[in-house]
Parts: sequence; C-alpha cells; structure tokens
Amino acid sequence: MTTTLPSKDQSLALATEPDAGTRKLSTAKAMQEAISQRMARDESVFLMGEDVGPYGGIFSSTTGLIDRFGPERVLDTPISETAFIGLGIGAAVEGMRPIVELMFADFFGVCMDQIYNHMAKIRYESGGNVRVPMVLMMAAGGGYSDGAQHSQCLWGTFAHLPGMKVVVPSNPYDAKGLMTAAIDSDDPVVFVFHKGVMGLGWMAKNDRSIGAVPEEEYLVPIGKARVAREGSDVTIVTISLSVHHSLDVAERLASEGISVEVIDLRSLVPLDREAIVRSVSKTGRLIVVDEDYQSFGLSGEVIAVVAEHDPSLLKRVSRVCVPDVPIPYARELEYAVLPTPARIEAAVRAAVAT
Amino acid sequence: MTLSTTTAALTDEGRRALISTMVLIRTYEEAIRATYYADKKPAFDIGAGLVPGEMHLSAGQEPVAAGICAHLTSEDAITATHRPHHLAIAHGVALRPMTAEIFGRETGLGHGRGGHMHLFDPSTHFSCSGIIAEGLPPALGQAFAFQRRGSDRVAVAVTGEGAANQGAFHESLNLAALWNLPVVFVVEDNDWGISVPRAHSTSVASNADRAAAYGIPGVRVEDNSVEAVHAAAGEAIARARTGGGPTLIEVHTLRLWGHFEGDAEGYRPELATVAEHDPIPIYRDRLLETGVLDDAQYRAMQASAVEQVEDAIAFAKSSPAPDPLGHLSYVFAEGVSS
Repeated sequence: MTTTLPSKDQSLALATEPDAGTRKLSTAKAMQEAISQRMARDESVFLMGEDVGPYGGIFSSTTGLIDRFGPERVLDTPISETAFIGLGIGAAVEGMRPIVELMFADFFGVCMDQIYNHMAKIRYESGGNVRVPMVLMMAAGGGYSDGAQHSQCLWGTFAHLPGMKVVVPSNPYDAKGLMTAAIDSDDPVVFVFHKGVMGLGWMAKNDRSIGAVPEEEYLVPIGKARVAREGSDVTIVTISLSVHHSLDVAERLASEGISVEVIDLRSLVPLDREAIVRSVSKTGRLIVVDEDYQSFGLSGEVIAVVAEHDPSLLKRVSRVCVPDVPIPYARELEYAVLPTPARIEAAVRAAVAT
Repeated sequence: MTLSTTTAALTDEGRRALISTMVLIRTYEEAIRATYYADKKPAFDIGAGLVPGEMHLSAGQEPVAAGICAHLTSEDAITATHRPHHLAIAHGVALRPMTAEIFGRETGLGHGRGGHMHLFDPSTHFSCSGIIAEGLPPALGQAFAFQRRGSDRVAVAVTGEGAANQGAFHESLNLAALWNLPVVFVVEDNDWGISVPRAHSTSVASNADRAAAYGIPGVRVEDNSVEAVHAAAGEAIARARTGGGPTLIEVHTLRLWGHFEGDAEGYRPELATVAEHDPIPIYRDRLLETGVLDDAQYRAMQASAVEQVEDAIAFAKSSPAPDPLGHLSYVFAEGVSS
C-alpha cells in the first residue's frame, strides 16, 4: 500500500487490563471515552452511522463525540447501510480507521454483502496485501418488547462467517478496553453491545452496567476470556448480558453451597478455547448461556470445543439459549424465550443434581 | 449534457495509445481464452485445467477501459466487476502477478486466494468484486479517504448495466452526491445481464438518466467509441479532481463473447453479426484511414502485446501452486488460532 497505517507502537505503549480504579462509568460512557481518546490521538479514525451525530447514537454509543470532533469526523449517514458500510471498507483499505455503527444487529439483512463478502474477505482474497482496519459496532439484544426485528443478538451469525473478529463486552471496563483494541486492530472487528449492559436510563439495567473504568487508555486483548467468578461445581460459559444473569444466580446459589464458575468469553472470534477447557476440566459440568438462537450457534460451538478436546470431561452439559423462534413481542412470551436468571438457575440445579 | 472543453483534446499520440491499450487487452483475453479451453477437452469441465473456474472475459469492452484509464494514474482507484481484466490492464496492473492469480499460483496478486473475480493490487489501488453493484460502496470510501487527505485523487466505480437495478447502486449514487465525493460511476451497458436483455430488466432507456435522481451529471456514450468514452471520462474525472463531485457515465458497449466461457449464447438472436461490431478493427481502420496510424505501427503494437502476454502466461505457468498447508494464512492480520 502507498498509505501508511498508524504505528502499532501506539497500542503497545498502552497498559493491558490495568487496575480498574474507583471512577465509575456506564458501558455507554466507557465506549464513548474509548472512541474519543482514539480519535484525539489518531486523525485517521472517524465515526459514521445513523444518528451518531447530535443524537449521540440511539443507544448512546456516541454521545458528545460530534461536539468534540465536529461533523467532518462524526458523520450522520443516510439510511443506506450498504453504501456507508462499504464506504467504511474503502476508507479502511486506503489506511483510515473507520468506526461504523449499524444501529441494530437485526439490520444486517440490508447490508450483509458488504460485511461478509467484502469487509471480511478482502484480506484473504488479496493474499494479505490489503488490510481492512475497521470497527463495525452494533446494538443487540431484547428484553424490552421491541419485537422480532429489533431484539436479536445474532453474534453467532457473524462469528460463523470467516474473516471478522466478533467482540461482545459485558461491562464498562471491558467495553472501553475492547473498543480501544478493536480500533487498533488491523482486522475488521464486529463490536456487538447489548442494550441491557449500556446503563441506559430508559431501560431496565443490571447494576453492573455501571462500573469502575480507568481514565487512561488501555487494552483488553481481543480473544481472551475472563473468569468472572470462580467456582468448582459447574461452569457457565456465557457472554454479554447473560454474564450478569449468571453472576446473579451464582451469588444466590452460593448460600446453598453450590459453587458456580462463570466464564465471560468477551469475544466469539477469536474464541478462548483454553479458558473453556480449563474451567470444565475443573468442574466437569458445563452450561452454556447465550441470548442468541440455540441451534447452529455459539452454544453448540462451546460444547463442541470440550467434546473435541476430551469428551470424558463432560459429566453433564446443557444450554440456556433463545429457542429457535423469532423473539415474541408480549412481555410474557418474550421472557419465556430469553435466558432469564430463573432458567439459568434451573439449569444449574439440574446440573449439580447429577 | 454538453461536453465542455475543460479536458485536453485528444492528440494522435493519444489515439495510438488508446488502440494500443485495446490491442493489449484483446491479446490478453484471447490468450486466456485459449489457455482456458486448451485442457478442457474433449469434455468441458469448469473446474479442470490450468485456469479453472468461471471465466468472464471482456472482449468488446476495451473502449471503456482504454478511454477511462487514459485519465488515471496509479494513485487513483478503480473498483471493477466480475469481468475485470480490461480495466486492470488499462489501469496498469502488472500482468505477471495478475495472470498468476488467474492461474491460482502462489506468485499471484492474492497468492492464489482470490482468483479472476477477486484481483487486488494495492500498488495501483485496483480491486474488483464478483457481486453485482457491490464494488461501488468501497469506491466511495476510497474517494472519501482521498478527499479527506486533501489530494486530487479520484475513484472510479465500474458496474454493468444490470447493476443499475441494485439497491447498492442507488445508495452509492445518493451518498456520493450528498458528500460530493471524487468518484466517477461508469456503467458498462453490454445489453445483457447473462441471458436477460436490458429491455427485460431496466425501466429506462438510458441509465445515465438516473443521475438526475441524485442531482449529478449523467452522460450516455452510445456507440462504444473509445474517443467518446475518453471525452466523457476526461470531463467527469477532471470535475471529480477539482471538487465538482460525482458523475454517472453509461457506455453502450459490446459483449463480444459469452457471459462466461462455455456460454453457448443460445438466447442471443444477433449472435451471427456480433463480430461486425468489434470495436478494435473499427477503430484501427479509422486510424489507418485518417493517417493517425500505419500498418507498421499497428503490427508493432500487436507484437508488443503478444510479447507481454506470452511473458505473463509463461510466468504464471512456471510459478508454483500455493502450498495446501497455507490455506489458513491471510484470514487475519493478527494471529488468530482456529
């Protein structure tokens, strides 16, 4: 390429998973801060998407950025996802570092060709000669009666298709460090944030959607799972909002003497297979909790990782996912399909009963 | 619209350069075609031979590539289609690595990972996509990057006429116009979307009329004339370079051969007379008659083309196949175990 990318030394200079400190931010504010700090440091980073300007992102992923960086670097786009995601790809090919927001993961249907046939394949097809250093961020998840076209997670679909990293933070600390790592990555990164972990004032939220976040820039490496809670009886492997449901269940059951280990994968691609195997080697019981659809997705993949490694490790395995139906509208129906704490608790009790 | 005189008039030397480019392209496509069929006998097997897979050759469409690329440098970008060779050659993509890629060799542009529909040459900012109309949005991004860096570089996004009915086409024209991007859209109207004639697919007589919907200039070049393409492209590219924003050009060109090799074209009623419209002898004869070109010059062009093409094919044939153990390489820039 005749263009040059920012030196990787910039990120090498950043701390990896430093102490969290005491300052508290919501996940949304942590993401905004990561983007803002990267934009201030690197002129080639710019942001675009629908309503990312004065509105600040429908789920507050970009609040205030246009005030700091102006409309030249924070661009509201037409409702033309194919055109503006493709524009991001072309700009990335020429050495810029675009952050592009697809408002809802559910909207990939109108622009998937740019995502999986272009963004994800150009590096391979070019034999490594062309890089696409781009972040495609999107909101996901249900629980607020938004119906079948605005409540899906779908991260498993992106992860199924080769060529893109898929990052799904569960908390403010990880969201900031993973966003910084995503912007620095020379590969395309799909960054999926669950609306329920953003700490929005207008939606039910888990207490952990506000948490301690260092002020300085730092990295959370993409592809490294986190042991969110140590335990010895059963392993829950999960991601995103379901991490919090699982932690809540684990805390409750601890008083009954049931010890649950919770693994927050933090990314689907790369998948931290070692962390999964390490935990199941200890507990022998595996539950995968995933708000994405059950079949042909993350939950089956995690179980396959253990089965391929050593099937004798598995004394007991089950999954708590969205069954293979569209997400229903009525609250009673929606909460019947979501991986709720009640369903997770039932799965843990069943696991430790055998 | 009326063509202005903002671009330099075509000189005789420029005319000879145009025919020379067209001859090089045709020589290349004929050689690829011969190689493609050579080891697919007696039974045609699309996956067999030195050059496997679908093969979309550009014979007849040379005027588009020659006319446009005469105004570009290797700093300008082109996104081409599933039928990309003429544009790659005219834009100056090196024939050796391009040919090696078409042969699926390790020395190819993509180390054999891309193939003939997926040619990427960062040194000339050339790329192509096998998905109809989907090469346009990335061209917008290249133009955006050029604009933001304050350069006068442009991106040219080429599609076929069938692509003008895709959403990506319309999204791209709107966004390019809205943001005044230095991009030129070129529609190669070769009359056929595989087997469907444009009259059965397209509601307007000229896709250039669709430019009006986005408030940008639209030009249709009617007769596959390389000089008319050169004039229209010259004005559009000059406009893009000087901040005047995008232009849509449609060229009524000619698909001399099938959609892909092996296409018997039974659907094509004018098949017997297609060769009469071959733009290369038509333009050559005009240049000979007007004294711009003489026989010796033309023979020298042919000889040079044959030499370059034979060299490229020999390079590809003598290049190693990719190591099968390398099939996982190049997915990610940074190490990812899978």
